[in-house]
Amino acid sequence: MALPSDYPEPQQPAAVAMRSVCKRFPGVVANDDVDFDLREGEIHALLGENGAGKSTLMSILAGLYQPDSGSIRLHGELVRFRSPRDAIARGIGMVHQQFMLVSSLTVAENVALGMPEPRFLVARSRIEREVHALSERHGLHVDPSAFVWQLSVGEQQRVEILKALHRGARVLVLDEPTAVLSPQEVAAMFEALRALVDEGRSVVLISHKLDEVLRAADRLTVMRHGRIVASGMPARWTTREELARTMVGRPVLLDLQKKPASPGDAVLRTSHLAVRGDKGLLSVRDLDLEVRAGEIVGIAGVAGSGQRELSEALAGLRPVESGAVELGGRDATRWTTRERIDAGLGYVPEDRAVEGAVGALGIDENLALKAYRKPPLARGWQIDREKMTQIAKERIREFDIAAPGPSTAAGTLSGGNLQKVILARELSAGPKALVAAQPTRGLDIGATETVHKLLLGLRDKGVGVLLISEDLEEILSLSDRIVVMCQGRATGTLSAQDANPEAIGLMMGGAASEDA
Amino acid sequence: MNAAGWHTFVVGLLAAGVARGTPILFATLGELITERAGVLNLGVEGMMLVGAMTGYGVADATGSAWLGLLAAMGAAAALSLVHAIAVVVLRADQVVSGLAITFLGTGLSAVIGAPLVDSKAAAARLPSASIPALRGIPIVGPVLFDQNIVVILGFLVVPVVWYYLYRTRAGLHLRAIGEHPAAADSVGIGVVSQRIAYVAVGGVFAGMAGASLSLAVTPGWVEGMTAGQGWIAVGLVIFAGWDPVRAAIGAWLFGAIRRLPLDLQGVPDLPLFRNPNLGYFLNMLPYLFTIVVLIVGSRESFRRRLGAPAGLGLPFVRGRR
Amino acid sequence: MRAGGWQVRLEERLESGARRSWMGPGVAIVAAFLLGAVLIAAAGLDPLQIYGHILHTAFGSAWGWSDTLVKATPIMLCGLGVAVAFRMRLWNIGAEGQLWMGAWAASGVALGWLPASTPRPVMLAVMALAAMAAGAAWGAIPGWLKARMGVSEIITTLMLNYVAFQWVCWFVFGPWSERGFQLTPQFPSSAWLPRLSDAAHLSPSFSGLTVHAGIGIALIAAVVVSLLMDRSRWGFEVRVTGDGPRAAQHAGMPIARNTVLALALTGALSGLAGMSEVAGVVHRLQDRFSPGFGFTAIIVAWLAGLRPWAVVVVSVLFGGLLVGGKEIQPAGIPQMLQGLVLLVIVGAEGIARYRLRVSRAEAGA
Repeated sequence: MALPSDYPEPQQPAAVAMRSVCKRFPGVVANDDVDFDLREGEIHALLGENGAGKSTLMSILAGLYQPDSGSIRLHGELVRFRSPRDAIARGIGMVHQQFMLVSSLTVAENVALGMPEPRFLVARSRIEREVHALSERHGLHVDPSAFVWQLSVGEQQRVEILKALHRGARVLVLDEPTAVLSPQEVAAMFEALRALVDEGRSVVLISHKLDEVLRAADRLTVMRHGRIVASGMPARWTTREELARTMVGRPVLLDLQKKPASPGDAVLRTSHLAVRGDKGLLSVRDLDLEVRAGEIVGIAGVAGSGQRELSEALAGLRPVESGAVELGGRDATRWTTRERIDAGLGYVPEDRAVEGAVGALGIDENLALKAYRKPPLARGWQIDREKMTQIAKERIREFDIAAPGPSTAAGTLSGGNLQKVILARELSAGPKALVAAQPTRGLDIGATETVHKLLLGLRDKGVGVLLISEDLEEILSLSDRIVVMCQGRATGTLSAQDANPEAIGLMMGGAASEDA
Repeated sequence: MNAAGWHTFVVGLLAAGVARGTPILFATLGELITERAGVLNLGVEGMMLVGAMTGYGVADATGSAWLGLLAAMGAAAALSLVHAIAVVVLRADQVVSGLAITFLGTGLSAVIGAPLVDSKAAAARLPSASIPALRGIPIVGPVLFDQNIVVILGFLVVPVVWYYLYRTRAGLHLRAIGEHPAAADSVGIGVVSQRIAYVAVGGVFAGMAGASLSLAVTPGWVEGMTAGQGWIAVGLVIFAGWDPVRAAIGAWLFGAIRRLPLDLQGVPDLPLFRNPNLGYFLNMLPYLFTIVVLIVGSRESFRRRLGAPAGLGLPFVRGRR
Repeated sequence: MRAGGWQVRLEERLESGARRSWMGPGVAIVAAFLLGAVLIAAAGLDPLQIYGHILHTAFGSAWGWSDTLVKATPIMLCGLGVAVAFRMRLWNIGAEGQLWMGAWAASGVALGWLPASTPRPVMLAVMALAAMAAGAAWGAIPGWLKARMGVSEIITTLMLNYVAFQWVCWFVFGPWSERGFQLTPQFPSSAWLPRLSDAAHLSPSFSGLTVHAGIGIALIAAVVVSLLMDRSRWGFEVRVTGDGPRAAQHAGMPIARNTVLALALTGALSGLAGMSEVAGVVHRLQDRFSPGFGFTAIIVAWLAGLRPWAVVVVSVLFGGLLVGGKEIQPAGIPQMLQGLVLLVIVGAEGIARYRLRVSRAEAGA
């Protein structure tokens, strides 16, 4: 069934009209003959899976990329942006998914960065006053004299929006703005955005979260494989299921089917764990955690709540300040990474391209990254290359990794295939416990489904899985128990049946659970 | 040795130390600015040598030390631009390209400067700039106000660089392109062009460093006369935590240590130091000191995880994360 | 750039980190020599004559080849070591100092730590071991500082070159000096590496050929390094750590230990180069016996793409450059050419990432 296409044209004047935009990258066509319309005074959601071309399209609008062909009209006038500077000058502001903030500078300095004024000397106090006034006016509260590295992720996002407003942005593009926020923060942000469009500005919301988009946006445009599949549809004319099908191009099961868990003994446990972050401050405090064999424990929390430090401390990559880590009932607090791997700890790191794999090496070598020390790969001081290739071929088949051959460089694989390589490596080692950090971040729906199935399969085989994710839906659908983290502490533990987004959201913001 | 003797010794050491530290100071500040922009240039040694040779050669030919200084700055900047093109535009490996610049500069200065080694006619030198009114102040006078003009220039350049870095709009942009080039680019700062410009600024400073050696501090031209001072400058930048004031203190301290072996041999109360064998060990001091200084600097930035510009050594490509 | 409705664009290649072919270094050398010719001409000299002289001296006769191999030996040994360190992204530029320390330790053995009557094989073996130990220690210091305190190995290895030089100078001018000259007495003949000319009684054509057993040692080292890097578990760890340090850490590889080991291995090979130089060429220790072999080795390693067998080939080319450039004044020409070669290859790597794309320009675009 197709989406309705005979909906009325909106009345407001056009802010942006992009026509027949094409953009190729080495190996992919990111935008293929794309038309996009944005009206004044609307929140327009741009939906699509990862890799559908949404960010590319908006990067073209923001002057970051030049299109191979096509045109952009801004308030009816043909424009051509050669650089972000041109786009900024014409009132287009973009808030990137990865914030474009210099962490060693203050909020005010970041806002002033690149502005034509002041011409020579920087008077901090004056900029700070201006930034303060601006933040009060739009309800985007942040301390202008604070250094960016001191701010929470939510505050940093406000700085990004302030930056755009300070430059007189009439069109504001936000790339996946809610990925890092708690549900309450999301609501506050949508409120601020609504106030901005009420003043006549336009907002583009790049997202793949269907619920949010339906709640916040006036109109929707959906992209798939670089093309537009639904254009400018009013949000109230459609449903979540219909949108999901349009996005993916086939019916999607939004809820996972899973067997009830039958947990055994604890395989991974922390008690009163404290870990310091990069800045030397305590990022994990007094954390008690238990993962039993055959269950998935989810860690929920807004970005920067200590998840990264926790996973690194569990893997032995970051020293433990105080407290203890237990693996399979033995005290592993002072163990090296290698000792933990040998004791049966698997780890799927957050940054798969940098931490999980070596891009310059082949799939075979990446699969051998941990197993090379032991037979059958190790033969005396040597490595058995033939065995390595043979194992790689088996894994490629078993895990359905799309690659030309076992020696294909891992750096050339798509995110989903790379994650399959990493999972193949970790799962084949026969782990007792697995820490999976953001295992589906940036993956398309198909790859996400595969990862979810693999994790559930692992659970059913009796492995204890610690799932760390900023995607609340993922946590809710996979976990048997959920621990919510806020500023390094566990603010609550919920069983899967009791969990709902609102309760978790409150805990993510720091409210302790009633039964804690 | 009596009190007056010690006084002379200390003042002499300080004055000579500040003078000897001046070339290192220029080189360190230049590298500091380059690294603040996110580019590592290990070619300082080579650029200094080219600067020293060109400065001396041009001063010799034209009779003007000032023209020599200008030419030195230009020549070293030209060499630094080769590095800039290789690493900023072509995104070559910064370490290897810097090494290549040092090899090239060392060889080039030796080849072109060969006829200058024998030139007996002393080339023009940069004048000294003693200030009669202030020279008489005890200790401070001879150390600060009875020096060559490049030394005075060094005193002035430190606050200028500090002010530029921390108080001007351009300095703010400089810090941003080194810390987070993508962020700078997203607000319309030309990362590539500015990086190239600041590599060239580093070259200009290295040229000044070289010329202040060959035209003022140790006048004359000899192959490889910098004896590792360019490398020491690279080390001092780390010690300084990328801060110009600390860089200046380090450079002057260094000058004093380079001078120390010479001065100690002249102290009548310490005949030990006149033993020529000891000279070899005293000559090791500056290099060992560099290592110690690096350890101190590295431990600090290790502990605080601050200091080095976050984008240092990484090429920038728009839209690539 | 545009011409007649067509537009030419520089565009990045699809495959990232394109592997360099064998042609790359060749083109780089030719380009560097052309650039060098311009610079030499600018200095008022005749580049053709200079290049002709270099080529003829280095490769024009059996003696030339012999001398070239003699110079290639230390470059090869240092280059192999540097290649291992660079493979792990450890920028060891201290091969020169490590070579000096190796030469010093070997000299110590030859000049009195062992009696002159020691049988030649024992003497030479102990010299080699002492040299490797001294070089390894000299390399391990920066390695330890890097592993424990994050001190940049670039600067420390370089600074230790100067320290090693002063250390050797002290011995040469002081305790080991022969009647106050800046050299030590000649080693006993039991401490001499055999030369091809020693076998002149077998074939008269060997007479006057100074090539010595050091080249054999260097070739054996190439075999060992090649096996180590391609086949061994340690080599795998080194390659993974070089290409993806964070992934190596996540895989539980002992990075700190390998940092010390890799730099110690470089040092050991460079130390061996020092031993081969004093036992095979000068038969005594003197100041300035090395014209910068350790620095040339850096260029050689990079030019060879860090592949052990390519290091062997490129070392011979650069040995020839040193032999041919020996009598040329001014003395800096070989060094300048080396710098140009490195610069060109670095630039070429950058350029190789792009290709020209020709397409029809769009109307109004």
